[in-house]
Amino acid sequence: MLAYRRRIIIGLVFLLLTNITSLIAPLILKYAIDSLRGSVDPALLLKYAAAILGVTVIQGIFRYYMRWILIGTSRRIEYDFRNNIFAHLQTLSRSYFIKAKTGDIMSRLTNDLNAVRMVLGPGIMHLVSTLILFITAGGLMFYLNWKLALLALIPLPLLSLIIRFLTQRLYNYSEAVQAQLARMSAFAQENLSGIRIIQAFVRERAQVEQFKQQNQEYLKRNMRLAHIWGFFLPLMMFTSGLGLVIVIWLGGRQVISGEISLGDFVAFSSYLALLTFPMMALGWVVNLFQRGAAAMGRINKILDTEPGISDNAQTLSAVEFSSLKPFKGEIEFRHLSFSYNGPDSQVLSGINLQLEAGSSLGIVGPVGAGKSTLVNLIPRIFDPPAGQLFIDGVDIKSIPLDELRKMIGYVPQDGFLFSETIGENITHGLERRDMQKIQEAAAISQLTREVEGFPQGYDTLVGERGVTLSGGQRQRLSLARALAIKPLILILDDSFSNIDVYTEGEIIQRLTPFIKSRTCLIVSHRISTVQWTDHIIVLDEGKIAEAGTHRELIDQAGIYAKLYRRQLMLEKLEQVK
Amino acid sequence: MRYHHFEGQEAGQIYDWQLIKRLSRYLSPYKYYFISALALLFLGSLLGLVGPYLTKVAIDTYIQQQNISGLNFIALLFIGVILLELAVRYGQIQIMQYTGQRVMQDLRAGLFSHLQRMTPKFYDKQSVGGVMSRLIGDIEVLNEMVTSGVVSMLGDLFMLLGIMGVLLWLNYKLALVVFSVLPLIFYAAQVFRKKVRESFRQIRARMAKINAFLQENLGGMTIVQAFCRQQKNLEQFKKINGDYLDSYLKTVFYYALFFPAIEITTALAMALIIWYGGGQVLQGALTFGVLVAFIEYTQRFFRPINDLSEKYNILQSAMAAAERVFNLLDTDPDISSPDKTQELEQFSKTIEFKQVWFAYSGDEHVLADISFSISKGESVALVGLTGAGKTSIISLLARFYEPSRGQIMIDGYDVRQLNLKQWRSKISLVSQEPFLFSGDILSNIRLGREDISPACVEQAAREVNAHQFISQLPKGYYEPIQERGANLSAGQRQLITFARALVFDPQLLILDEATSSVDSQTEALIQDALEKLLRGRTSIVIAHRLSTIQRANKIIVLDKGKIVEQGSHQELLTRQGIYYWLHQLQFKD
Repeated sequence: MLAYRRRIIIGLVFLLLTNITSLIAPLILKYAIDSLRGSVDPALLLKYAAAILGVTVIQGIFRYYMRWILIGTSRRIEYDFRNNIFAHLQTLSRSYFIKAKTGDIMSRLTNDLNAVRMVLGPGIMHLVSTLILFITAGGLMFYLNWKLALLALIPLPLLSLIIRFLTQRLYNYSEAVQAQLARMSAFAQENLSGIRIIQAFVRERAQVEQFKQQNQEYLKRNMRLAHIWGFFLPLMMFTSGLGLVIVIWLGGRQVISGEISLGDFVAFSSYLALLTFPMMALGWVVNLFQRGAAAMGRINKILDTEPGISDNAQTLSAVEFSSLKPFKGEIEFRHLSFSYNGPDSQVLSGINLQLEAGSSLGIVGPVGAGKSTLVNLIPRIFDPPAGQLFIDGVDIKSIPLDELRKMIGYVPQDGFLFSETIGENITHGLERRDMQKIQEAAAISQLTREVEGFPQGYDTLVGERGVTLSGGQRQRLSLARALAIKPLILILDDSFSNIDVYTEGEIIQRLTPFIKSRTCLIVSHRISTVQWTDHIIVLDEGKIAEAGTHRELIDQAGIYAKLYRRQLMLEKLEQVK
Repeated sequence: MRYHHFEGQEAGQIYDWQLIKRLSRYLSPYKYYFISALALLFLGSLLGLVGPYLTKVAIDTYIQQQNISGLNFIALLFIGVILLELAVRYGQIQIMQYTGQRVMQDLRAGLFSHLQRMTPKFYDKQSVGGVMSRLIGDIEVLNEMVTSGVVSMLGDLFMLLGIMGVLLWLNYKLALVVFSVLPLIFYAAQVFRKKVRESFRQIRARMAKINAFLQENLGGMTIVQAFCRQQKNLEQFKKINGDYLDSYLKTVFYYALFFPAIEITTALAMALIIWYGGGQVLQGALTFGVLVAFIEYTQRFFRPINDLSEKYNILQSAMAAAERVFNLLDTDPDISSPDKTQELEQFSKTIEFKQVWFAYSGDEHVLADISFSISKGESVALVGLTGAGKTSIISLLARFYEPSRGQIMIDGYDVRQLNLKQWRSKISLVSQEPFLFSGDILSNIRLGREDISPACVEQAAREVNAHQFISQLPKGYYEPIQERGANLSAGQRQLITFARALVFDPQLLILDEATSSVDSQTEALIQDALEKLLRGRTSIVIAHRLSTIQRANKIIVLDKGKIVEQGSHQELLTRQGIYYWLHQLQFKD
C-alpha cells in the first residue's frame, strides 16, 4: 500500500503540473488579443501562436503521465484488493458460506470493487483537478478583477447547497439500485442452477413472471435515481452559464466604463469557461464517491467478518508442533458438546469416545442425529469447543489449522468437484500432479475402468460441479481425492450414498488394506457400509446411544439391531409378497 | 456465432452496425419516446451554441459601441436561453433514461425467458457463472451505456456539425483554416478506436473467467479448505486477476496517449486562429468579436470529441456485451416443440423405447439399442450398477436430451412430435439430489402454482409423511428455506420433493435414486409415501435398494448402457442372472 501511496503522490504532482500549464494558454491568448487592439507585428502573433502550441505539448506530456500513473495505479490497487478479498474469503468458515449467497459475494468482488476503483482512479483525479482549477482559475480571475470575480462566482455557493441536498438522495437511491441488482442476480443464479426441476415441472413461465417483477422493481429504482440525476447535470450547466451571463453583463459594463481591457474581459470569460467542465465533472465525481462509499461498505462487511475458525494465541508454534510429530492418529472426544447457534439447540452432547490409531469407526443413526456434525468437527469445518477433541492427546484447537487438515482426508456428502480434469481433481490436495498416486487412488475408488474408458482418460474435463458425471462417479472421485493425500485420518461423510452396494463392496475390500495404518471414520445410512469396521456407534439425538462391534451391537438388541433387522425384514417381507 | 465471420477494422464497423440495428429493434416499441428525446437533445445542443454567439454580439455590437441598454438586453436573453436549456436537458435525460431502462428490461426479460428454454445439455457445457455474467453483467454494461448518456453522443454530433456550420457562416476562410487540423484528429481517433476495441473484448472475456472461477470456488470452499488448497487457488486467482489487470492497463495507456493528442491538436487550431485570424483582424478583414467567437467555438468544438472518446470506452464495452448477449439469444435450444405439434391431452396407452442410442457427446454411447415398453398404470424399475445408463433413460424420457438414434413413442407418437411443455406437464420428476429454491416450504412444494391451494399442499405433505416435520418448524409451511435447503436434513428435503411430485398429480412419475441417502427409519416413511405415490400411477423408478423395486411390475436390468435382463422380480430371481446376484449381495454379511 505504501508503494501505491508514493505512486499516487507522484501522479498528483503531474496532475498539479497539468492543471497549472493548462492555465498558461488562456493567459497567452489574453496577451495576443490585447496586442491586436494596437498595431502589432504579425511576427509577434506567430510567436504567440507558437507559445500556445508549445505550452500545450508540455501540458500533454504531463497529462499522459498523470493518467497513466493515477488510473493505472487504481487498476493495480483493484487487483490487489480483489486478491485480498478472495484470500480473506478463503479463511471464512462453512457457517459463513451457508448464510451468504454466492451471487451476492460475487457482485461485491466485481461490481462493488469496480465502483471503489472508480473513486481511487478517475474520482480522485477529477476531484483534485477540479479543486486545483477552482483555486488557480479563481485566483487568476481575482487577480484580473476581484470585483467581477466575486460576482461571477456567486452561483457557486448556491450550487454547493443544492449538491448537498441532492447527494444524500443520490446515495440512498443508488444503494437501493445496487441492492435490487444483487437480489435479481441471486434469483437468476438459483433459477439457472435448478433449471432441470423448473423444466420438468413446466414452471418456466412462472419463473419468468417472477423475474419480470424483480426486473420491474429494478427499473423503478433506476428511474427514481434518474429523476435526481437528470436534474443534477443540467443544473451544473445552468450554474456555469449563469456565471457567464454575469461576466458579460457586468464585465461588459466595466469594459465600457474603461475599468478593464477587452483582453481582460476575454481572458476572464475563458477562465470561467475553463471552470465549466470541472463543474460538470464535479457532479459526476460526487456520484462516483457516493457509489464508491456504498460499495466499500458492502466490501467491508466481508472483510470485517472474522474468520470463525483460524489459528490464534493458543495455537502451537511451528517448532512446538513439529516436536510432537509424528502423529499416530488417535482421536478422542472428551465430553464433547456442540451447537450451531446457542446452547439451547445442542446438536451433540456428552460425546465420549476414544479411537485408537489405525482403527475404524462406523457411525449410524437417524437423520438429524448429529453424525455429519460429529465428523465435521475433526477437520474443524465446524469448530468444536476447546478441550473436548484431541488427536494423540493434543487439543485439535492448538494444532495449526493447515497441519490439522493436511492429516485428514475428507470425503463430503455431496461430492463437490472442480471444473478441472479428473486427474487434477484427484490431486487437489497434493503439491503436484503425480500419476502414480492418481492411479492408486483411482484403483481403490473403483474408477480405473471407467476413467480409462474415456478417450482422454484422466485428462477428461469434469463439467461444472461435475454434472457430466453420475452421482456415484462423483462420490468415487471425491473419495479418490481424499485417498490421494494418504491421510492419517480418513473421514467418509455418507460418501457412498449414490454408489450401489456391489461397487461399495469392491471399494471397501480395497480400502481395508489402505486404512490399516490410518484412523478411519465412516458415516452411513447403510449398515453394509459400516458393518465391517472395528467399532460402531449409534447416534441418536446428539448422544451415543449404542457402541460396539457389529456382532456386539446385534447381540445388544438395541437400535442398531433394530435398524439391521428392519433392513433385513423389509427385504424379506417384499420377497414373500 | 454468426458474427464471428467479421474481422478487422472494416468488418468491425459493419458488425457494430449490425449490433446497433439489432439493439434498435428493441427500441421500436418506444420510438415516440426516443424521437422526442432526440428532438429535445437537438434543441439542447442548439441552445448550447447560442452562448458564444451572444458573447460575440455583446462584444461587437454593444460593448465596443458602449451600448449599455443593449448589453442589458443581451444578458436577459442569455438568462432566458440557459433557463430553457435547463428545462430541455432535464426533460431529455428523463425521457431518454426511461426509454433506455425499458429497453434493458425487455432485453433482460427476453434473455431470461430464452434461458428457460435451454436444455440441460447447454448447462452441462456452460458454467452458470458464465451465463450469469451475460444476464446480469453484460446487460448492466448496456444499461451503463444508457445511464451514462452515450446516447447523448448524438447530441455531441449535432453540436459538432452545428459548430462547423456557424464557423463557416461567420467566416468561411478562417473556418477552413481551423478545419485543416481535422484529418489529424480523425487519424488519431481511428488508431485509438482500433486499439481500444481489441482490448475491451479481452477485458470482458477475462472478467467472465474471474466470475466463473469465483462461482466455483465460493461453492466449493469447504473442499478447498479441507484440502488446504487456499494458497494454490489464490495463485490461480491471482493469475486470472492479473490477466484482467494487464488488459486494462493497455487501455489506460491508449487513453493516456489519446487525450493529450486531442488537446495538442486543439492548441494547433487555436494557434492558427491567433496567427491567421489575428492577421486578418489587423488587416481589418475580420472583426474582433468574430475572432473571440471563433476561439470560443473552437474550444467547444473539441470538447465533444473528447467526450466522444471518453464514452467510446463505454460504447465499446456495450457493443462487446451486446454481442455476447445476442450470441446467447441466438443459441437455439436444441430441444423444442416442432412447429406443428401433436396434441396429447391424456397419456392413455404406452410408452415405448425403440432401439434408442444415446451419447452426451461424440461417440461415447451411454445407451445402446434400448428397447422396452411401459403400459399405462405400470410401474417399471431400472436396476443396474452406477454408470449403467439409468439416469440417461429418464433424462431422455423427460426430453432433457434427444436420443442420437431410435425413437421414444408415447401412445404411438414420437415424443419429438409432441408439444414439449404439454408432455412435461404430465410428468413429475423426483431427481437424484433434491433441489430446493429459496422461498418458503409452501412455494417449494407447489413451485409457484397459485392454483394449488395451501390445503392441497398440506394434504400432499401428509400423504408423503412430510407434514409432521413441517408442522414442527417455527413457521410451518411458511418456514423460509435457506440457499439450497441448508436448514433441512437430506431426508426432509427428499420428502419435500415427494410432496412436490404428488401435488402436481402426474400421469407419469419419474423417480431417480430417491431412496438412497436416508436412514432406515426415514426410509420406512418414504416407502410408505412411495406406496401411495406409485399406487395406480404409471412410473419409472431408479433405486439401489431392491426392496423398493420389488413392487414394480417390470424390472429392467441395465449394464454398460444395454438392457441385460427384463422381467418381474420372481422371474429374474429364478433366472439367476445379474439381478439374482445383485439381490444376493444385498444380504451378504
